[in-house]
Formats: sequence, structure tokens, C-alpha cells
Amino acid sequence: MYSFEPNEEQQMLIDAVGKFASNDLRPAAHDAEENHAMPQKLVNKGWELGLLQASTPEAYGGFGDRSAITNVLAVEEMAFGDLAGALAVMTPSLFATPILLGGTEEQKQEYLPRIIEGAWAPYTGALIEYSFNFDPNELKTTANAEGGAYVLNGEKAFVPFAKDAEALIVYANLNGVTQGFIVKKEAAGLSISEEREKLMGLNALPMYRVKLENVTAERLGGASGHDFGLILDAMRVASAATALGVARSSLDYAKNYAKEREAFGVKIAQKQAVAFMLAEMAVELESMRLMTWEAAWKIDNNKEDSCVSAYLAFTGACDMAMMVTDRGVQIYGGHGYIRENPVELLMRNGRGFPMLLGLAIV
Amino acid sequence: MTIEFEAPKPIVQMNAMLKTVAENMMRSTSREMDENEHAIPWDYVEFMHSAMRSMGGGGGLTIAEEKPKEGAEKRPPIGYQKLASQIEMLAWGDVGFYLITPGGGLGAAAVAAAGSPEQKAKFLARFNDDKPTYAAMCMTEPGAGSDTSAIRARAVLDEKTNEWVINGEKIFVTGGDKSFNEYEKLGKGFIVVWASIDPSAGRSGMRAFVVESGTPGVKVTKLEHKLGIRASDTAAISLVDARVPFENVLGSPTVEKTTTGFKGAMATFDATRPLVAASGIGVARAALEFLKEKLEENGVKIRYGLPRTKLTSIEKDVIDMEIQLRSAWLLTLKAVWMADNKKSNALESSMSKVRAGDIVTKITQKAVEIMGPLGYSREFLLEKWFRDAKITDIYEGTGQINRMVVARQILGYTGAELR
Repeated sequence: MYSFEPNEEQQMLIDAVGKFASNDLRPAAHDAEENHAMPQKLVNKGWELGLLQASTPEAYGGFGDRSAITNVLAVEEMAFGDLAGALAVMTPSLFATPILLGGTEEQKQEYLPRIIEGAWAPYTGALIEYSFNFDPNELKTTANAEGGAYVLNGEKAFVPFAKDAEALIVYANLNGVTQGFIVKKEAAGLSISEEREKLMGLNALPMYRVKLENVTAERLGGASGHDFGLILDAMRVASAATALGVARSSLDYAKNYAKEREAFGVKIAQKQAVAFMLAEMAVELESMRLMTWEAAWKIDNNKEDSCVSAYLAFTGACDMAMMVTDRGVQIYGGHGYIRENPVELLMRNGRGFPMLLGLAIV
Repeated sequence: MTIEFEAPKPIVQMNAMLKTVAENMMRSTSREMDENEHAIPWDYVEFMHSAMRSMGGGGGLTIAEEKPKEGAEKRPPIGYQKLASQIEMLAWGDVGFYLITPGGGLGAAAVAAAGSPEQKAKFLARFNDDKPTYAAMCMTEPGAGSDTSAIRARAVLDEKTNEWVINGEKIFVTGGDKSFNEYEKLGKGFIVVWASIDPSAGRSGMRAFVVESGTPGVKVTKLEHKLGIRASDTAAISLVDARVPFENVLGSPTVEKTTTGFKGAMATFDATRPLVAASGIGVARAALEFLKEKLEENGVKIRYGLPRTKLTSIEKDVIDMEIQLRSAWLLTLKAVWMADNKKSNALESSMSKVRAGDIVTKITQKAVEIMGPLGYSREFLLEKWFRDAKITDIYEGTGQINRMVVARQILGYTGAELR
């Protein structure tokens, strides 16, 4: 059966997250970016909505099974409020979800309950590397099996909350295959940059460089490892979902502005040149929303081609986010270029998706 | 309800059958019909008619009401979804052939949308008779394309004979020839003509009239020669003092100060736009599958999963084409799913048409480009699909008209606020 309507539970979640996004995150977005900090009480409030908790089985302290499609719906709503805020709220997922997907029973028991049952705490993940042609399937950070343990060497970039993190999943190249490794805060050889990453956008999200020099780590899934493809699919779909939220926010601002702003005696939205831009933004957004939903649905239903769908959804959503947020600025005209108005931040955030894979996971 | 993307079984089964038809009866004569415009692929026409009759479909490709088996759980309706899937599959075979699939087409759709129960009984039964039968819609005029309110055709009631007297020039009538002219192998069809009963009343004076095949004063004056979809006849029809019975008017015979008549026509478009999108998507899928097949033969493999920066230019193009194609199809599915579930879908219908019009032209253009001389050669069907695809962005509301509809919907504007 085809069906395009969230179920009742999903709708309740969408409404709850949407309310938080509109009432709390959105008004805070501008100052958070300018001050390079998202108020912790907002992050806590977002955490209390319980997205991760609802995706974690009872055995590990949560109250539900993971559903990529439900998470996609929630993530779009959250990112509609603010991308940095949404990623901050969901940072613990970067640690917990890979464990849920690929960890051994012991690893799940050790880490999940304390994350799920507690207040928001900085557990994180490190996939991105600061290099040209970055490819998550060909990492430069290496892992070598030595005895029963694994030794990591390399440097990771854009690691959210690394400075305060209790533990992080570090992805590394083990004999040509990407695998995740659990690295604890106190591990010898682990060093975290003093300075935060300096980026075009996302300045409210504290991100750091992480250096690994002969760091001994525990492999996700133990000696037999895990399927990194599952994690990558979940990251791609999550990234696509955040792109939807950012683009929708820009479309929303642009639409309202065009209905207010007058030129030549009419609202600019009454001019076809502007109205057609808005129509095309809406069509692109809805197109990629459905691509993202389908990919998430395939993940939930273990479809063979879910990885191709996730890749296509992610690739399409990246382009869509750039196109829509660019036009959002265009519709505001000169005012769009001024940082007092919200659309320029959305355009900076909109450019990031192709290189920010790994900052969200469903 | 919940979100699902599993194709329903009846659709999967239907499509498997239609694929055989497409391969054996359409692709094999596609080129011949393209090069002999106005020839009729009778094998296909007769086969489809008898196949649809034996399945109890009745009037050709229509929304079949599913009769629930006794005691069986009531399933959500999928009539529109099934129809869109059939159209996509047939258009994958050949969109020109699809357009001449026997049945009531847009003419019958107008009767179904705006006719009384008596009119439906009288005009729609014929499509299930022995011979393939057609009906067509006559809306466009030389001076009235997208701006249908500029229609000049007039209908005047002759009170002595109780007949409407219609005068006007209609063009771009899809299937007009087969619907109006008599053919030994075809049943008696009709055309639905849009004309004004009161030009001072603007859109509220517009009515649709059923004009039976062979009506005196009505003539097919021209069959157009087109860029593509050449298996489908596109007629110009002139009406000079054509007389039709009073009861052939669809909707009220008097003018009220509303635009109901016109809105009737527009409601037909909400239903048909995603179907047109589906037909274009079938063509684009044919082109993309052909391209991928040829690339593979030539040792070019598409490496999904690589970052953009590592892809070749051809890989990037093919991946973009796949995203465009799939997303357009999902938009179309959503629009027809809404129709099946009686949700208002004016926005989604137009969105699917905008998207499909854009991407099917882009995909077929790009496929020809990538194939180079082989793409441009008439030895393959690719160049034909490129020509066939373009109409998707034009008929049933151009891409621009549909952008207008989408914009009005998202802005909450009326036609007067955004013109």
C-alpha cells in the first residue's frame, strides 16, 4: 500500500517537536549564531522531548523501537527551528544510535541506559576528516588490530561537543573498511583541539578537531565488527531530513516576507517572478521530502536497495537545500543579505549539507 | 494511516501484464507510427479494447470501483493510483499509443465530472460496446490556450426546436479525429465542446456540450503534424451552426452569477494533471533505462555512494536523473493517493505536473546528449522519446500555469490577487 500520512503517534510527535522548534529554537537562532552558543536550557528542553528515548528499546532504558521514518519526521521539525540547535539536541544520538545499530549486547548495556535515562550529556561521534575529497568509505584515520585490541591513528574534524564528551564513536579505516570504535574521554593518545572549528555557519554548535595517536579503542560490535552501511544510511537520511527543515524555514520566511513587502503598488508575492520562485521552492522541497520518507521507510523495512535510496535522498536534499535557501535570500533582496534578517543564516546552513554528513543520525 | 511505499499487489500484477503489452505491441511499432503520422496501430487499439473489456474495465482506462468481497476487510481505494501506474507503464511503451488507448478519455471525464445521472447513463455506456470507441475534449481555440476564459465559441438555444446552435473553432483536440469521424472499426464516439451561453457573463457563462460523432455542421478541418506523440491524432474542429439536443448540455442550462461551470472544468484538471505527469514519467523512465543499459554495455558503471567530488560527469548526470525521476513519481503518487482518499489535491496535482514537466524534458534531453551521435540517430527510439517528452510540460496546463496554481495555493491567493 502507498500512504503519505503520518500515523497518530507520529503526528503527536511532529506537533510537539514543531512547537518547540517554532516557539523556542527559531527565536533563539539568530543570537545563538552571533554569540556562538546555544543556551543549554534549550538543548535540555529539546532533549526532554525524548526523540532518542522513543527510539531505544525498553531493555536499554528507552520506550520504543527505532523507526527511521518517525525520526525523519521529528528531525525535519526540529531543524525547522534551527539547524545548530537541532544538531546540539541530537548529538548524543551520534554515540547511541551506532551502538544500537552495531554494538554488542555488552556495549548496549554499558552505554545506552546511562545516556537514555539521564539528562542530556555530551556523547558524540567523529566521522568527518579535514581533507579534500572526503569519503566516509575511504577514511584516512586508521585502525589496526593489535592483539585483542584496536589502535587508532589520525585526525577527525567537526566533532560536536568533543571537548566535554564522555565518550565518542570514532570511525576509522580497518583494512579498507570503515568501522566505528568506542573511544573514552580518558583514553591515552586522544587530544582535542583547544580552539573550536571556525565555520561559515553552525557557529552555535561547538565543534572540535580530535587527534588520535595510538589510541586503544573498543570496536563497535566486538571482534566481528558491524555493518557500517547501516550507520551511513541512517546518517544520510538524517542529513536529508535536517536539510528539509532548513529549507522549509527559508521558504516560510520568504513566503511571509513576499506577502508583506510592497513594490510597484503590489505585494511582491503578486509578481510572477517572485511567485514562481516560491512555487519552485515548494515543489523542490516536497520532492525531496518524499524521497527522504521513502528512503527511511526502506530502512525500516530492510529493503535491499535502501542504501541507494538513502544516497539519492541525501544527494537530492543537499542540492534542494542550497537552491531553496539561496532563493530565500533572493526574495528578501538587499534585506536578505543583512544579518538582522534570518534568511542569510539559513543560506549559510543550507550550503553545508554535502560536507556535514555524520552530524546527524536517525 | 501511516507512511508506506509498498506498491499494492494489484498494481504490481497489472504492470507486469502491461509491460508485456508495451514490449510486444508498442515498442515494436513505435518507430513506424512515428514516421507515418496519422496511421493507426490497429493491433494495439483492438487488443487493448478487448483486454479492458474482458477485465470489466468498461470505458477504457478508468477508475475501476473495487467491489469488496463479502466478509473481506475493507481496503482503502487505489483506483487513481492504479490508473496512474497503468498510464506510466503504457507511456513507457509509447506515450503516443497510450494517448489512443480506446475509451472515453477527457471527453468522458467531463461527462463523469459534470453530467447528470441520465447523461452519464446515455453517453458513457458505449465505451464497453463491441468496437473500440473514443471521446475527446474541445477546449482550446486559436485565440484561447491557457487563458480558457478567452473562449469565443458560442452556444445559442433555439427555443423552437429546443436545440443548442453552436459556432466556433476548436484546435488541439487530442483524439478528435477518432472521436468524431466515422471509422469502420470504431464505435460512435463524441466530442465535448466548451462554449459560452452568455459572453457577458465571462467564465460563469461557459458550458460543455456533448456533440455526437457525425453531427452536421461539425468538421475535422486539419490533423496537426507534431514534434512528437505522432501516433496520437490532434485535430482542428470547426462548428458552423451545429445543432445538438437541449439535454446535451453538461450542468445548468441557465447562467447563475457563479463560476461553477468553469470550476467544473478546472476540477477535471485536478484529477487529470497527475495522470499527465505519470505519462511523461513513463517516457523519461524509458529514456533513462535505455541510457543505463547502453552505458553498461559500454562498460560505464554508476558508482552509487561516492561523494559528488569523486564521480565522473556521466555518473553525476545519471544520479541526478534518477533523483529527478523518482521524486516526480512520488509526487504523482501522492497526488493520486489524495484523490483516492478524497483529499483536496489541487496543490499536489499541480506540483506533480510542474515537477514532471521539468524533469522529463531534462532527462530526455540529457540522455540524448550523453548518447551523442547514437542519441541523435533515428535508429534508436531515444530521440523520439526526447520529442515525445516535451509535450508533458505543455498540455493540461503549461509548466507556467501550474506554477501559478502552486503559488496561489501556498500563498493563499485568489486568481485576482496573483494573475
